Amino acid sequence: MGDYVRQMPESSGGFARAPGASRLFHVDLPLLFLLILLAAFGLVVLYSAAGQDMGIVARQARFFLLGLVAMLLAAQISPVRYRRWAPWLYLLGVLLLIAVMFLGVGAKGAQRWLSIAGFRFQPSEIMKLVMPLMVAGYLADRPLPPRPGHTLVCLGIIMLPGILILRQPDLGTALLIIASGLFVIFMAGIGWRYLVGVVVLAIMSAWPMWMFVLEDYQKQRILTLLNPESDKLGAGWNIIQSKTAIGSGGWQGKGWLQGTQSQLDFLPESHTDFIIAVLAEEFGLRGVILLLSLYLLILLRGFWIGMHAQSTFGRLLAGTITLTFFVYIFVNMGMVSGLLPVVGVPLPLVSAGGTSLVTLMAAFGLLMSIAAERRVIGQ
Amino acid sequence: MAQNITLKDTAREVRVYSARTAVAVFVTSVALTLLLARYFSLQVTDFEIYRTQSERNRVQLQALPPKRGLIFDRNGKLLADNRPSHTLSLIPERVNDMDATLSRLGELVALSEDDVEEFRRKLERRRPYDAIPLRFQLLEDEQARVAVNRHALPGVVVEAQLLRHYPHGALLAHVLGYVGRINESELETLDTSDYRGTFHIGKVGLERYYEDRLHGEVGYQNVETNAHGRVLRVLDRFAPVPGVDIALHLDIDLQRTAMQALGDQRGAVVALDVATGGVLAMASTPSYDGNLFVNGISSRAYSALRDSPDVPLFNRAVQGQYPPGSTVKPLIALAGLQSELVTPETTVPDPGWYRLPGSSRRYRDWTLSIRGTGHAPQVDLNMAIAESCDVYFYDLARRLGIDSMHDYLAPFGLGSRTGIDTTGERSGVLPSSRWKREALNQVWYPGETLSAGIGQGYMLSTPLQLAVATATLANRGKFQTPRLVRQVGDAAPETPVSHYVDAAPEHWDAIYQGMRDVVHGARGTARSIARGMTYDMAGKTGTSQVIGIAQDAVYDEEAVAERHRHHGLFIAFAPIEAPQIALAVIVENGGGSSAAYPIARTVIDAWLMREGA
Repeated sequence: MGDYVRQMPESSGGFARAPGASRLFHVDLPLLFLLILLAAFGLVVLYSAAGQDMGIVARQARFFLLGLVAMLLAAQISPVRYRRWAPWLYLLGVLLLIAVMFLGVGAKGAQRWLSIAGFRFQPSEIMKLVMPLMVAGYLADRPLPPRPGHTLVCLGIIMLPGILILRQPDLGTALLIIASGLFVIFMAGIGWRYLVGVVVLAIMSAWPMWMFVLEDYQKQRILTLLNPESDKLGAGWNIIQSKTAIGSGGWQGKGWLQGTQSQLDFLPESHTDFIIAVLAEEFGLRGVILLLSLYLLILLRGFWIGMHAQSTFGRLLAGTITLTFFVYIFVNMGMVSGLLPVVGVPLPLVSAGGTSLVTLMAAFGLLMSIAAERRVIGQ
Repeated sequence: MAQNITLKDTAREVRVYSARTAVAVFVTSVALTLLLARYFSLQVTDFEIYRTQSERNRVQLQALPPKRGLIFDRNGKLLADNRPSHTLSLIPERVNDMDATLSRLGELVALSEDDVEEFRRKLERRRPYDAIPLRFQLLEDEQARVAVNRHALPGVVVEAQLLRHYPHGALLAHVLGYVGRINESELETLDTSDYRGTFHIGKVGLERYYEDRLHGEVGYQNVETNAHGRVLRVLDRFAPVPGVDIALHLDIDLQRTAMQALGDQRGAVVALDVATGGVLAMASTPSYDGNLFVNGISSRAYSALRDSPDVPLFNRAVQGQYPPGSTVKPLIALAGLQSELVTPETTVPDPGWYRLPGSSRRYRDWTLSIRGTGHAPQVDLNMAIAESCDVYFYDLARRLGIDSMHDYLAPFGLGSRTGIDTTGERSGVLPSSRWKREALNQVWYPGETLSAGIGQGYMLSTPLQLAVATATLANRGKFQTPRLVRQVGDAAPETPVSHYVDAAPEHWDAIYQGMRDVVHGARGTARSIARGMTYDMAGKTGTSQVIGIAQDAVYDEEAVAERHRHHGLFIAFAPIEAPQIALAVIVENGGGSSAAYPIARTVIDAWLMREGA
């Protein structure tokens, strides 16, 4: 019975001849199917959010195809090899982050970009992939649940790039990367008392963080979250307009291309970070439920791959990638709906944006590589 | 390392990992449910709130200001119209940084400190999402510069609106008055909903008096706007009701003639249509250009007008109060006839001066200083009027007494506002013993009666009052309230006849004859204008003292500073047998009536000889 269920998605319609090829190319069909479905939905929403600009949609579609290629390439490499490469990739990542400090370019007082041979990219983006690889690679050799000493080493591995990114400054990315490292430790089975300790520590550090670490604009975002009405035309404008867009969508939605908040430019960043508001306005709660369902299925597939991974490294990596994916969803949808402060986190696979999309697809490639390892060994 | 290998327990590891995965699935499921709950609360629970808010975002109620009524002269010539003008306004809600936007706009268009100050004042009292005007009458290149930079200037809008324009400028400023921007004190008394979208209101003159008719009724439209305040489409519309057009009795050509006749002199001419009481011309010099006020005159230009010794903002025709001088003599003569104190044949000896019984003070006749004697040994009523004999009227005034004189003159409109349809009218003074007691708390002295008899002393009248009194004479006693406006929209309001001055026909004739001889008589005081006249004019000259001349002192025109020279006055109506026009002329410091009567001739000629007359 279990085998039958496992086989079902692979043998379902449209992919009749696929199983052989998909195994050959290490493709996890359920995951691929969900990702394409999600990206297609995303492009439909983007067309409306971008003011029916076909150029933006085509650009995003090209990035998605590029992401698919990256995913396929990433899927071909075995987890063993990733594990071997992890320390070197990590070292490279850290060096690039240090380079950013001295050679980086940026805007609005933040240095995040490196420009090499005319190609601009964010080293922190690489770190999103490398961090789970490095921590998982380190812990995979060690007895699990991890011992305190190993955990401390892990924290060191996590905080070095974390602090570098924090100093760019890019609080949102730093927290996400630190979180992805911590997820590895969590999935490795660290004791609950440590987790409780971390939570207590986090709460206790809130005050010093507020006083010494957070920049004024970051504090402003938190204050705005607590009371958007306090700054109706400034920082609060975005959140008031996005909540209005979401709420006015109702159950049914106003219809595709019919969202007044989005189409009349009341909604800021409507095709990037705030695109969920466009979806919610035009497709209503029904659309939100559809989107959440797709996300949930992807998350479950990710956890399922982790559960069935054949190596410690694969397990830790799969669980971590899946949890990180979840954090993106939660932070983005939470911030746009006024649950969380505004941080620059895109809605995965839906928001316009090339780099993050390709990184994300590469991460799914890692997942597929892990899934393929299971099958290879299983056969 | 050996230790690590010995402790590696794959089964336990998988068990722990499975447990952690279960926790992760649980946590993510709870978190996604939390998100769902959040979206549910926004989209279902609070749907109505957000739907309303989104509608309010999208739809704006815009006021549609009505078109202000036009003003025409009696022949349908346009005197006040509305011209399209582009106004630069800001919607503060949409402006990110007000100071930066203002300074950026200052680079694109000319902004005076007054503009900005006025704008900031308006900013404090406004409705949300109202566009606050910053600069009116943008020039074409300024419009273009703002349009090019519009994307960088959120909340900045350029709106076309109609702005009042006075094509004849200074020619009619005192007749029409002007509109100006609504000020704060007006905002407090106005029904602001009527004036939403309207920035101007009648300030003085006709524009003020007929404000409620000229303004019209405001309309509204619901429009869909985007976040930048740009109107995308009109959802529904309630059209404004335009203001009513107004036609005047005034003839613009006659007005021009009167203004030109006054020329550089300070003075006023009021010409009335005898049949209706309508104002044919109302000139006051110097004047100003009403267009200056429409968009807020600069404070420097305003102080120049306000502080000028010639007081150009002062409408002499209705606000100027002058001693009427000898122009009241026909009225006093009629009072003498009506009271039967004199007949046309009664004569008074005239040595050139008059003395009250029991008093040594001599009241001089104006001839004394010129001819050294009076007009004639015996002066009758006709000569008294034609030659403006002071002694005759000293005697008549004494016999009438001040209070009786007051009662005879009051029905001609002296001493009270005529009720003309414009602003700022003054009442003048028609003295009586009661008036002096109440106004000055003093008793009346008999000598003051003599001064009143020749229109001096306390007596003051406006040029309009003199014109109305003259028209009443010409109408044989029918007193009509003067009117500037002949027609409001399609309605032609009757000029009200408030009362009749009752007098015997032969008495009117006697006065007419005297006034005829002022112009046409061999020794008439205004005989110099009779040359070439093709109609009969009835007139009366007047000279009024600006400062008291000491007794026995000789008035030397040259020596008296220009501002202290006598005012020259003249009243007239014509043609005598069927009067069409009645007028009053005053030339301030003109030296005497000779400054005034040529103006009357010019104006009456123009009216009677006009095309189609």
